[in-house]
Amino acid sequence: MEFLGIYYYWVFVVVLMIGFYAVVAKVNLIKKLIGLSIFQSAVFLLYITMSKVSGGTAPIFNDEITGLLYSNPLPQVLILTAIVVGISTTALGLGIVVRIKEEYGTTEENEIQEIDRR
Amino acid sequence: MTAPELHLPVLQVVVPMLIAPLIVLLRPQGLAWAATTAASLLSFAIAIQLTTGVLGGHTYQYALGGWEAPFGIALEVNSLSALLLLVLTGASTAALLAGKASLDRQIEAHRQPLFFSAWLLALAGLAGILVAADAFNIFVFMEISSLASYVLVAGGPDRRALPAVFKYLIMGTIGATFYLIGVGLIYMMTGTLSLADMEIRIHEVAEQRPILVAAGFITVGLALKAAVFPLHVWLPNAYTYAPHAVTVFLAACATKVSLFVLLKFDFVVFQHNLLGHDVQFAAFLMPLAVLAILVGSAVAMFESNVKRLFAYSSVAQIGYILLGASMVSYLGLSGGLLHIFNHALSKGTLFLAVMCLSMQYANLQLEHLAGAARRMPWTMAALVVGGLSLIGVPGTAGFVSKWYLLTAALEQGALGMFLIAVIVLGSLMAVVYIWRIIEAAWFTAPAEAPPGAQQMRTEAPTLMLVVTWLAALSNIWFGLVTHVPRELATTAAANLLRHLP
Repeated sequence: MEFLGIYYYWVFVVVLMIGFYAVVAKVNLIKKLIGLSIFQSAVFLLYITMSKVSGGTAPIFNDEITGLLYSNPLPQVLILTAIVVGISTTALGLGIVVRIKEEYGTTEENEIQEIDRR
Repeated sequence: MTAPELHLPVLQVVVPMLIAPLIVLLRPQGLAWAATTAASLLSFAIAIQLTTGVLGGHTYQYALGGWEAPFGIALEVNSLSALLLLVLTGASTAALLAGKASLDRQIEAHRQPLFFSAWLLALAGLAGILVAADAFNIFVFMEISSLASYVLVAGGPDRRALPAVFKYLIMGTIGATFYLIGVGLIYMMTGTLSLADMEIRIHEVAEQRPILVAAGFITVGLALKAAVFPLHVWLPNAYTYAPHAVTVFLAACATKVSLFVLLKFDFVVFQHNLLGHDVQFAAFLMPLAVLAILVGSAVAMFESNVKRLFAYSSVAQIGYILLGASMVSYLGLSGGLLHIFNHALSKGTLFLAVMCLSMQYANLQLEHLAGAARRMPWTMAALVVGGLSLIGVPGTAGFVSKWYLLTAALEQGALGMFLIAVIVLGSLMAVVYIWRIIEAAWFTAPAEAPPGAQQMRTEAPTLMLVVTWLAALSNIWFGLVTHVPRELATTAAANLLRHLP
């Protein structure tokens, strides 16, 4: 069945949308950041998925054994970079939330807007 | 070409990036600023040297570490990147030179080294986007510059900057992640990340759905980063509550660099490979551009905070740039690219003048600026010059790009008439919102002054004023001597359109 044959892409899309929903719908800033992390993790899944080659082995080059089928290492390298970027973003976001909590005394978006309007 | 000149593309990134961590160690007062300004000036000099080379018909290719393109990281500087590098490094240098007094007041002394370090990282990241020749490095540099600019925007004393920067962070990250998804899908189909290879290989798989999805993700993601209407909601607050010098820097170039990537992807990679992409591109972005011009200008007309007024005007100006691009014609694209340069000049001048005003006026609401021209005549005169250029009065830089846009619109037949009406209406609305500032500053008596009392003249610091006036005069200079930006913009437009009939 074609639908099941590409189920890992469905996992990617579903996780992506769960994260996106949290970013858009949650009012609490920390929950928004959690959503953002889930959103980014979904993209990591996409990259990892595409690097898999059926029957492929670890891409370690060896002079003695030839004719092996290797998995594609490049997407994994790319996604290591993207994971670092994601962690930095989350860390910075949490740092900003700490500052917001210090200044406003709350981490709820609607309450912050209420305070600013006054 | 001499050996050092070959390394200029990489130096453009490496110089600010390597100096950034050193800045953190410069604790004595003022030293961090001096080192940052020196690094920024050096970047500006590199950009000028690159531009000279590009104007001489040269395109810089650079293989990092001597590893050639399919395996190594390639850098490329052509006329489009040179145009934006000039804008970027020029804006950073002007903002730093002029902003010393303002930054000293807004950033505590012990946090300054960290702040300036973030400034240089933002500069390095933005420059990196402009010189990178492969899609993934563009993403990495985009994130470096974004993370650094979140820090810059949140660095000021105004606590309202914090929720603004949080929104900026969320939307910026979503934009960048969308871009990453698009790049991933293209990599899946073509097996390459280099834009040049992508351009060739995508042709074989152009009709498959992942490529179409990728085109959508990349366009929307970058439009989010470039604050294209209606994805601009992060911009006004971020610009308004950022430290004044940061607003000068970011307003002149940050969104335009994302726009640069958008144009590069849409024109170089997708345009000639996807069937009907040019029509879809125009049909999708032209209405957004028109709405950006009309809504951005209309909101600016009723806005009472000067910084926020100019921020909404920026949303409108991004609309002009996009309008030029969405005509998908030589003249239109030239006009749009030229507007990147000219808008940076005029908006840079305006925000520099606002920074001067902020030295004397803590509150930048229009009603508090009553009679400002009597107190700060030089500042307000510079603001008027910048405003005229923003409106597009003949003899200023803004006129040249608007003229290109109008000529391009004339080629479009019946639709063109509508576009001309939009451009003219947008300019008229600019007259209104600039006039509101002029009216407040010149023709309204200051409330608190006792009648008959001699108003004190208290101008901004000399260095700040000098830089502001240099920026104001460059608006007039590039309105009269249009050769350099026009040459760069038209060559870049021809280059982007090279595959279209």
